[in-house]
Amino acid sequence: MITIHGLVKQFADRTAIDHLDLRIDKGETFGLLGPNGAGKTTTIRILTMLTKATAGQINIAGFDLPADEQQIKAIIGVVPQFFNLDSDLTARENLDLHGRLHHIPSDERNRRITELLQYVELSDREHDRVNTFSGGMKRRLMIARALLHRPQVLFLDEPTVGLDPQVRRRLWDLIRRLNEEGLTVLLTTHYIEEAESLCKRVAILDKGRLIALNSPAALCQGLGEFVVEWSDGEATNSRFFSDRAAAAQFAATLTATTTIRLSNLEDVFVELTGRKVVG
Amino acid sequence: MLTDIWTVFWRDWIVLKRRLSRYILSRMISPMLYLVAFGWGLGRSIQTGQGSYLDFIVPGIVALNSMTISFNAVGTPLNMSRVYHKTLEEYLIAPISAAAFVLGKIFSGMLRGLISSAVLIIMAYAFGAKFSLNAWFMAILLLNCGIFAALAVVAAMSLDSHEDMGNFNTYVLLPMSFLCATFFTPKQLPELARWLIEILPLTHASQALRSSAAGAGVAPVSLAVMALYFIAFVAVGIWQVKRVRD
Ligand SMILES: Nc1ncnc2c1ncn2[C@@H]1O[C@H](COP(=O)(O)OP(=O)(O)O)[C@@H](O)[C@H]1O
Ligand SMILES: [Mg+2]
Repeated sequence: MITIHGLVKQFADRTAIDHLDLRIDKGETFGLLGPNGAGKTTTIRILTMLTKATAGQINIAGFDLPADEQQIKAIIGVVPQFFNLDSDLTARENLDLHGRLHHIPSDERNRRITELLQYVELSDREHDRVNTFSGGMKRRLMIARALLHRPQVLFLDEPTVGLDPQVRRRLWDLIRRLNEEGLTVLLTTHYIEEAESLCKRVAILDKGRLIALNSPAALCQGLGEFVVEWSDGEATNSRFFSDRAAAAQFAATLTATTTIRLSNLEDVFVELTGRKVVG
Repeated sequence: MLTDIWTVFWRDWIVLKRRLSRYILSRMISPMLYLVAFGWGLGRSIQTGQGSYLDFIVPGIVALNSMTISFNAVGTPLNMSRVYHKTLEEYLIAPISAAAFVLGKIFSGMLRGLISSAVLIIMAYAFGAKFSLNAWFMAILLLNCGIFAALAVVAAMSLDSHEDMGNFNTYVLLPMSFLCATFFTPKQLPELARWLIEILPLTHASQALRSSAAGAGVAPVSLAVMALYFIAFVAVGIWQVKRVRD
């Protein structure tokens, strides 16, 4: 569905994306992971034509960038990292503007807006100006807006940043439901649990480079399914093992208090980027 | 294309419609001040060739007022939407052309310019000014609104902060509003100053509005200069919107 080949993005003297190659299949929920400044937003902005690539080829649903720009615009939905709703308009008017920009005929537009407002549970607030909305409500409205013109690919940039845990889980359910309906979803996040619970495959970016690409489970297995963690007074150390027996054996040789647990995507992340992700 | 222009215009129109009465009320203040200070106050003691000073300055005030309003109706909101609110991205992501966006914004700025001009013209009549509202007058007024709404697109797309927009107002629009044949004829000025002033679009707008208000038609050179400015600003504006993706 999306093919990225040799993508480079240079900002003055800084390289934000350094030769990125990716293939995202139709119907897949794909996660772009990475610490702040890794280049996730830049990647999304290039794919959604808000920024021009310095080099590289991009193909979305058979259309090439930048040649088939208008065709691609019609089939993608975008939820940017920062709120960009029109605060002078109500929720419904925001969707109406989007529908008009995407040339949806008025009958269908109104029907679809009503349907989507219900879907993201904002029907009772449709006539309120969006500057009275909470973060979660704005994010849901932005998702509704991105879905209005029935896109084939949905881009979500840090969709749950700054949201309550309950709201975040509701958004996860929403994203899962969309994916079950056949939508291809590309999301970026620096919440490891989010990627683990939503994504079939993840790519880990660091300083603009792709450093790992696989399913969350396979990435954990690659590292070793079991972790022994201990503290030496200064820092937390960890070591990975492919079976529990070996892990237990190693733990027995340590004098400090140890924990044995299953490895998770966060371990992969820390191992690969040498940095702990903070939410 | 036409649908897309309408969509961009529609967004601004529903926002304006909501506060239309307040908008009209606020538009009465500055014309009132000009008319009182320059028309009633100062005007009593000033002799112009023919007619009263009030009749002389009303076209000038119409020109400067339509300039300021059309510019600010587009400039500040568009600049904020590009730099701070990022709502411009909603249009950039949509399958519409840069030209449709720019023209939609210009028409919406022209609408505000026209509404405030209508308010001003009614007030000028109430103050006893005598002038003729004919097709030439309307055409020049429209064109003047268009020029400055288009200039606002150019400024909003190239200046990177709200403060710079304010500076543009102070260094460009404010001097023009006083110097461009609005309150006096540049004929009396030194050669160089006159020459400088006569290449500015607002000078031609004031002169063309004044001559058409007096029923004397419009100098072709004024029309040509204004049309050129309009086309140039529209073209630059479209080019900038196209190129906004660094
Ligand atoms: N408009 C810009 N101008 C200059 N540098 C930028 C710009 N946008 C992003 N960058 C840089 O590119 C890198 C990647 O940023 P970004 O894609 O926002 O990261 P992420 O979304 O993964 O946190 C960072 O080093 C950032 O400073
Ligand atoms: Mg980001």
